[in-house]
Amino acid sequence: MTIEFADVHVRLGQRDVLRGITAALPERRVGVVGANGSGKSTLARLINGLALPTSGSVTVLGLDTRKNAAKIRRGVGFLFTDPDAQIVMPTVAEDVAFSLRRKGLSREEVERRVTEVLSRYGLAGHADHPAHHLSGGQKQLLALCAIMVLEPDILVMDEPTTLLDLRHSREVAALLREMPQQVLVVTHDLPLLDDFDRVLVLDEGRVVADGTPQEAIGHYRKLMA
Amino acid sequence: MNSLTGAYVPGTSFLHRLPAGVKLAALALACTGLVLLRPPWALAVAGVAVAALYALARVGVAAAWAQVKPVRWFAVALFVMQLIFADLDSAIATTLRVVLAVALAGLVTLTTRAAAMMAALERCLSPVRFLGLDPFRLSLLLSLTVRSVPVVASLATRVREAQRARGVERSLRAFAVPLVVSSLRHADALGEAMSARGLDD
Repeated sequence: MTIEFADVHVRLGQRDVLRGITAALPERRVGVVGANGSGKSTLARLINGLALPTSGSVTVLGLDTRKNAAKIRRGVGFLFTDPDAQIVMPTVAEDVAFSLRRKGLSREEVERRVTEVLSRYGLAGHADHPAHHLSGGQKQLLALCAIMVLEPDILVMDEPTTLLDLRHSREVAALLREMPQQVLVVTHDLPLLDDFDRVLVLDEGRVVADGTPQEAIGHYRKLMA
Repeated sequence: MNSLTGAYVPGTSFLHRLPAGVKLAALALACTGLVLLRPPWALAVAGVAVAALYALARVGVAAAWAQVKPVRWFAVALFVMQLIFADLDSAIATTLRVVLAVALAGLVTLTTRAAAMMAALERCLSPVRFLGLDPFRLSLLLSLTVRSVPVVASLATRVREAQRARGVERSLRAFAVPLVVSSLRHADALGEAMSARGLDD
C-alpha cells in the first residue's frame, strides 16, 4: 500500500482534529472532501510528515512518517493552497531550480530539468520573469513545477484550485489526469474529483463516507444540506 | 526592484557573463576606491566610468534610474548637510561617493541572477562550517530576507486597502497588528513549503 493510516488520532490543543482514521489508499487518484475544520488539511499534512499523529501511525511508501519524515518528503510532493507562500526565488526558472539545490546535479542537468518541466506546464515563456508578477493561476503552475521537477512518487494537493479562475482550475484538472504519480487532492471543488478512483468524506475528524466520487460526493451533499 | 527582489534584467553582456563572486569582489574594491578618491573631478571621472558600465550592461535607462531613485532625497539631504557643515567640494565628493556606490551595487544586482548570487555567498560563507553553521542556510536566509520585501509590501497594501474599506485609515494599531499577524502567517506557510520541498534535510 502506498499510503496507509492506522487508527490515526490528531489532537491540537483541546481539539481532536482527527479521530481514529484507518484507511489504505493504493488508488492512483484519491480525493478528500469535507466541511471547513473537518480535518482534511491535517490528513494531507500527515502524508509527508508536516503533521504527526498523536496516536496511531501513517505509513507512506513503506516508511513510518514519524521516523522517516525527511526521507518521505523526498518522495512526496506537497502543493499548498496559496502559491505565494511557496515561491522562494525571484524568477520563475530560479525558483524551480531551487528545488534541485541539494541534489548534487550539474548545472546543465538542472537547466535541462527546469526547461523540461516549465515547458510541460506551459511556463517556458516566463522562465526569466519575476515570479511575484505572475497571475494567480501561473503562480500555482509554478508551485507545481517546483514540486514536479523533483519527480515525486506521490503528489498531495491541499485545495489547489481554491484561488484559481475557471480556466486555470480546468487546466489543473487536465494536468491531474495526465500525471503518472499517485495523487491525493483535498478540495471543495467537487467537479475536480469527477473521474477520481476514490473519494473520502471527512466530518468532525472521522471518515463518514468512502467510495466512488458519485457515492461519496452524494453523501457529502446530503451532509451539507 | 533589483534582481534579488525580482527584476533581474536578462542579457548576454560582458557584465552578465562575469561570475557573481568576481562582481562582488570588484564591487567591494570599487567602493573602497570611491572612499579613497578625494578630488571631485576624480569622482566625476568615476561617475563617467559607472555610466559606461551601465551602457556596457545594456540594462536600459529606466532600470539604471530605478537603482539610484530610492536614495535621491537622501543624496539631496546629504549634499545640503555637507554644504552647511563643510564646503562645496566635500558636499559634491561625499554625495557622489554614495550615489556611485549605490549605482554600482545596483548594477551588480541587475546583471546577476539571485541563484548565482546565493551560490557566490555560499562559497564566501564556507568558512562558517568550522563554527558548525551551514553556509547554504545562511545564504538562503539572506535570500529569503530580501525576497520578503515585495511580499511584506504586498501584505501592507492589502491591510491598507482593508483599512480604507472600513474607514480606519489613521489608526496605526489597525495597520500594524494585521500586518504583523499576516507576515507571521506567511513565514509559517513559507517554512512548511520549504520543508515540503525537502529543504530541511
